[in-house]
Amino acid sequence: MPSRPMIGYTHVTKSFGSLRAVDDLSLDIAGGEFVAIVGGSGSGKTTLLRLANRLIEADGGTITVEGDDVKNVDPVALRRRIGYVFQSGGLFPHLSVADNIGITPKLLGAPVADIDARVDELLALVQLDRAAHRDRLPEALSGGQRQRVGVARALAAGPRIVLMDEPFGALDPLTRDALGDDYRALHRKLGLTTVMITHDMTEAILLADRIAVMRGGRLLAQGTPAELSTSSDAYVLDLLRTPRRQVQRLNTLLPSSGAA
Amino acid sequence: MSLFTDPRWGEALSHLPDYLGNHVRVSLAALALGLAISLPLAILTRNRPAPRAILLAFASIVQTVPGLALLALFYPLLLAAASVTLAWFGISFSAFGFLPAMLALALYSMLPVLRNGITGLNGIDPALIEAAKGVGMTPRQSLLMVELPLALPVMMAGIRTAAVWVIGTATLSTPIGQTSLGNYIFAGLQTQNWVFVLFGCFASALLALAVDQLLGLIESGLRHRSRLRTGLGGIGIAALVVATLVPTMSRSSQGYVVGAKTFAEQYVLSALLRERLQAAGLSATARSGLGSSVIFEALKAGDIDLYVDYSGTLWANQLHRTDIKPRAELLADLKTALAKDNITLLGELGFENAYALVIPKKRAEALGIRDISDLAAHASTLSIAGDYEFFSRPEWAALQKTYGLQFRAQRQMQPDFMYAAVASGEVDVIAGYTSDGLIAKYDLVALDDPRHAIPPYDAILLLAPKRAGDEKLQAALKPLLGRIDIATMREANLRASGNDANSSPDAVAQWLWEKVGRR
Repeated sequence: MPSRPMIGYTHVTKSFGSLRAVDDLSLDIAGGEFVAIVGGSGSGKTTLLRLANRLIEADGGTITVEGDDVKNVDPVALRRRIGYVFQSGGLFPHLSVADNIGITPKLLGAPVADIDARVDELLALVQLDRAAHRDRLPEALSGGQRQRVGVARALAAGPRIVLMDEPFGALDPLTRDALGDDYRALHRKLGLTTVMITHDMTEAILLADRIAVMRGGRLLAQGTPAELSTSSDAYVLDLLRTPRRQVQRLNTLLPSSGAA
Repeated sequence: MSLFTDPRWGEALSHLPDYLGNHVRVSLAALALGLAISLPLAILTRNRPAPRAILLAFASIVQTVPGLALLALFYPLLLAAASVTLAWFGISFSAFGFLPAMLALALYSMLPVLRNGITGLNGIDPALIEAAKGVGMTPRQSLLMVELPLALPVMMAGIRTAAVWVIGTATLSTPIGQTSLGNYIFAGLQTQNWVFVLFGCFASALLALAVDQLLGLIESGLRHRSRLRTGLGGIGIAALVVATLVPTMSRSSQGYVVGAKTFAEQYVLSALLRERLQAAGLSATARSGLGSSVIFEALKAGDIDLYVDYSGTLWANQLHRTDIKPRAELLADLKTALAKDNITLLGELGFENAYALVIPKKRAEALGIRDISDLAAHASTLSIAGDYEFFSRPEWAALQKTYGLQFRAQRQMQPDFMYAAVASGEVDVIAGYTSDGLIAKYDLVALDDPRHAIPPYDAILLLAPKRAGDEKLQAALKPLLGRIDIATMREANLRASGNDANSSPDAVAQWLWEKVGRR
């Protein structure tokens, strides 16, 4: 583990009323890493993500982003330097695709011409046709296209960190697969540090370098898929075995010829 | 004469620049003030349920107050406020006309703006507000770039509703001295001039429709981010305001302002006073349709220069006297009392417009009723109708006390309809006015008051404090004093109740002058 993590959680606690959403959790995420946070509903994974850009304030513990304690960073400035991909896109329905993508550079005061050029660059990056999509409103896009715009928006201000809250959860399987792969390629190409929330272990194994498993606000286990497979925790093992179990069942149900 | 060739259309049209201009200015000012208060309140309380509930409850309560009452309430309220500021800071302001009308209408506009504003802002998907935060917007940027644009359609619907309400309700600001399209309606209803009533209704409906459409254009422009449409809508509204300002600015000084209360006789007398002033080379304008208590305060404050009131009215309402004195004594006392307020009682016109209990002549003969004492014996089987203020006036209390009157039922009625109602037997007795021409028309009789329960009601000419030493004015008015007897006034009032061109207040005033001026 490098001495200075890109994102560092140290004994972080957050409660909502009597519910402990995050309970004494410590986790370091290194620069360039792709970490998936996995857990059931209510395990605290979304809370953990939002603590990083101060959409939620921690009750206790320390959170650092690029070495800075987030408590000492203006939350608005912090959010502008961290890309965030929302669950169902979170695109502003009254703004065109281009205006949605260009919003953070605009907030940062970038010149209009620079924003225009950046939008075109990002459309190409997320593989959307400029002419067909640039001036459309989000309602005229498919779910996959909307999420591509969401990714482009998160990347617009050139962040080093991207937080993703179940970004591909609501998509059909084919789109989801394609989008996941495309994002993984972008992550590598741009040298990003990505934290992605998912409840789908298969997606986590296929995309992430490292997986953190949460349950009841605590970090149950963390490591590469291979490391996790040697875990002593029954829940972790059960989660990890699920993809393979599904594959075995699929193999018995589908004829093996045809598909590669 | 066909409806369309009626010369009163032309007369109505000649008032349009003045009435419409004032209407537009007071409505738009009220709307602007209402928006300036309501929109920030809607924004401030959007995340605060408790203040929001209180605010909406307040706005709803305001809305349940009838428009006319709300407008009327603001007059005494401002009057009190003006006397306080005068005492504390030495500054006074006019509680008459524009200010109370604008404030009341602004209050009236609040509910739709608040409710739609709050609904619109709270109806936004919380995920979008989270997204606005997430991409790095400050709360202010989130409000301006995301929340307000998304709430805009609902908010604009509220603003459009408020605009239509305010423009409609502004017609009721006439009685507190704000000239509006309501002047047509009030004057028309009082003088049976249906051309005026129709004209006023159509004009205010058209104005409401036009403003609504212009706001709609702005809304569609904002929604589709079309500068053209937003601009056109804005220009339209600005043009409306400018167009209404031009005739006002080009008009020379107003000269003398002649007040009139809300009934036909007052419209006729006001027209007569203006004609006399103009004949003497003085310029004069009318402020008609003023409420009974508003008009006296307006004179005292100098918002109007002269008007005709009735001795008994002032005796009871302004001096708060319940005793009754003979005619001459009462007038003398009144003159002294008014002089303390620097109001000049120039003199009496010659007739009385007293309250009188009126029944059909045939009915009176059949029941053997000659005066109110006789009526008292039958009262328990009879119903009585009076105008909107009669039953709360001291005269009614005095009548009840003096004669032991106990009627089976009492109801309030529009004065113009009372006479027909008693003639047709819908009510048995009405509290009519002695100078009313309809008494003769419907063959009714005003019963004597042998025990003098009702004070004398001599028509008297009052001048504002600032006109106390105005000899030119007084010289122009003196020829009217003592000239108008009750028979003449009744005939004039009967003429004014007709529904043709000869029944306009101006025409009747001319007839009246021809009749009394030669004497």
